[in-house]
Amino acid sequence: MSAVANAAAAKRSGPDAVTIGGWALLAVVGVVLLIAPAIFDSYWVSQILTQALWLGIAAVSLTFLNRYGGMVSLAQVAIYGVAGFAMANVVHTLNSEGGLNLGWTPWLGVAFGIGVAVLVGLLFGAIASRSYGIYFLMITLALSLFVFYFFGQVTQLSGFGGVRSVSRPGLVGDTITHPTPLYYVCLGCSVAVYALLRYVVRTPFGVALQGVRDDPERMRSLGYNVPLHRTLAFTLGAFVAAIAGILSVWFDTQISPGSIDITQTIAVLIIAVIGGLSRLEGAWLGAIAYAVINYYARQHTPTLGLWLNPGRFATIIGIVFLLIVLLSPDGLIGIGGKIRRAIGRRYGGGGARPAESEEAGAGEQAEVPAAAGTPASGTRGGLNQRRA
Amino acid sequence: MVLAVLGVAVVVWLVIKAAQGGSTFLQVTLNGITLAALYFVVAAGFTLIFGLMRVVNMAHGSLYLFGGYLAYVAQTHWYSGGTSQFQLGPTNNIGVMGFFVPLVFATFVIGLVGLGIQQLFLRWNQGQDLRQALITIAISVIFADQMIAHYGGVVESIQAPTSWPSSILIGSFRYPFFRVVVVLGAALLIGLLLFLLIRRTLFGMIVRAGVDDRAMLSALGVNVQLVFAGAFFIGAMLAGLAGVLGGTMISVGPGLDTQFLLDALIVVIIGGMGSLPGAAIGALALGLVQSYSTIYLHFGSVNLTNYGILASFVLVIAVLAVRPLGLFGRPA
Repeated sequence: MSAVANAAAAKRSGPDAVTIGGWALLAVVGVVLLIAPAIFDSYWVSQILTQALWLGIAAVSLTFLNRYGGMVSLAQVAIYGVAGFAMANVVHTLNSEGGLNLGWTPWLGVAFGIGVAVLVGLLFGAIASRSYGIYFLMITLALSLFVFYFFGQVTQLSGFGGVRSVSRPGLVGDTITHPTPLYYVCLGCSVAVYALLRYVVRTPFGVALQGVRDDPERMRSLGYNVPLHRTLAFTLGAFVAAIAGILSVWFDTQISPGSIDITQTIAVLIIAVIGGLSRLEGAWLGAIAYAVINYYARQHTPTLGLWLNPGRFATIIGIVFLLIVLLSPDGLIGIGGKIRRAIGRRYGGGGARPAESEEAGAGEQAEVPAAAGTPASGTRGGLNQRRA
Repeated sequence: MVLAVLGVAVVVWLVIKAAQGGSTFLQVTLNGITLAALYFVVAAGFTLIFGLMRVVNMAHGSLYLFGGYLAYVAQTHWYSGGTSQFQLGPTNNIGVMGFFVPLVFATFVIGLVGLGIQQLFLRWNQGQDLRQALITIAISVIFADQMIAHYGGVVESIQAPTSWPSSILIGSFRYPFFRVVVVLGAALLIGLLLFLLIRRTLFGMIVRAGVDDRAMLSALGVNVQLVFAGAFFIGAMLAGLAGVLGGTMISVGPGLDTQFLLDALIVVIIGGMGSLPGAAIGALALGLVQSYSTIYLHFGSVNLTNYGILASFVLVIAVLAVRPLGLFGRPA
């Protein structure tokens, strides 16, 4: 069986398949999200839900690249920074507070920002696509830091301390006084991105990409252009990240080099890992968890001298990240899967459905023993792969 | 093809510049070489750890900066009376011991910190390289935040012994003594010692065997865990030592951990992961490119020195386009 057929078979029965329970859950979540502005107060809607939605879009670009392309990219924040800076520079900014302030209409700025980011993504993808695993991670981290230092140094583009008061289209309006429109824009973008990615992985390109992830050598000998598939997948990820970049500028009303520094790079990685790198939905789950921790940690952290106090948010998020990576590399979704399997084991009847398909990392490795020994083997679901 | 043209253009440009201003060019070149010496010490530890254990230690930059801070604190507390951190400029006399004791102290402690990280977090998940990279990223986040909490946001620097000259005469100009003698000398010495350690000792033989085939080495009765611990200790010590040297040559301050992590990454991406000669070449390339690009990106009235970071970026692209695993890299 070819790698493509393998991947296709895995796709039909694997963790991608949405069960009836899954659809029901999705429906409930969907309804709650739709009426969220009516049931939560505006602070929650703005600071937690809206932020979680656009952070989730940023993180899902990473989850997509890892889950379907076997690429853990740390360049997603850099790419969304490129989109944000490109847009912020060409549209109108109040009182010319940094940036080029070219005065384009907001929607033209959006198109320009996404276009530039996609081109940068194409370039980055072309550079990194021939590297695998840990090398890919290192190269994308280096690319990400390049972008950060670039905007830090080129003050013509970043203004001293950021481009502020970036004008927004009328659809979004003033996000401070009326946060609800931006919430719905972020929600709509999230749904669209999710649908797009779910669609793409079912196309011939998406299936071939999963073949490339599982066994690049075999795909190459079948005549597929492996670096091209990886580059294009990376470019698609860049497109998704660029959307998050635009939304982040609207949300913050400004963008500065500090908004794309290594802390933010790691924050998006943390979100993707907390949510679980094996499922697309995990990105938003992780983003909500991150936003909630962010919100409560800044208020309710006990003070232990200099070591721990409300100002030490990064320490707390670092510890949470460390614990997740140490204990459950598949994140919250992985924990859910573990609990379900434990229950299934306790009450034997629940085990009728093969439980291992719930947890991509452990389960799928057993499915593809033939792929062991290739650089990308086992990078499918979680992070607990081993080199042969 | 494009790259070859680009490379030739850069060389021609530099030759013209060298002919125009001899002593400036020499100074800029020396800046690049001394910077490269510092990068080599940082990257050597990074690449040593990777070469043997396949661990990408993303906390290497944090160890670098922590080393600098430790030496700074030790120096101010033990040798400057520990008076105040608000004093301006060097007011106290620092003896030779006042420099070397903090240096040795910081180097050794950072070695122990690295050893602790390896034993606690990396030993039991050997082989899961992606997970290990994420673990060290998490550690670097915590370290960065704690260092800001404890040492603040002020940029400090470690003092070299007062008795040492501040500069020496090279040809027709004076050049900082510490940069050109101490840092460059230390890098050459470390390079030589590492070469001898890897090539001439039993430990080095075991390390080289471990790089090639860990399982077989273990089967031959070598305690591989002990070798790993030793290599991680040495690698972390090099980060700490570089932190002290860098803290004296440039400064210690927040954000440098990220910067030196990037520099170490670039050096090993260029030179090839796990290769010491690669680290030396990569460091030299990066140091020179950074140094030249901060001075020579003036074209008439157009000043592009702001865009200097792009020069390093082009360097990385150029190397990866020709050799995806770096100059001296080889497949795992």
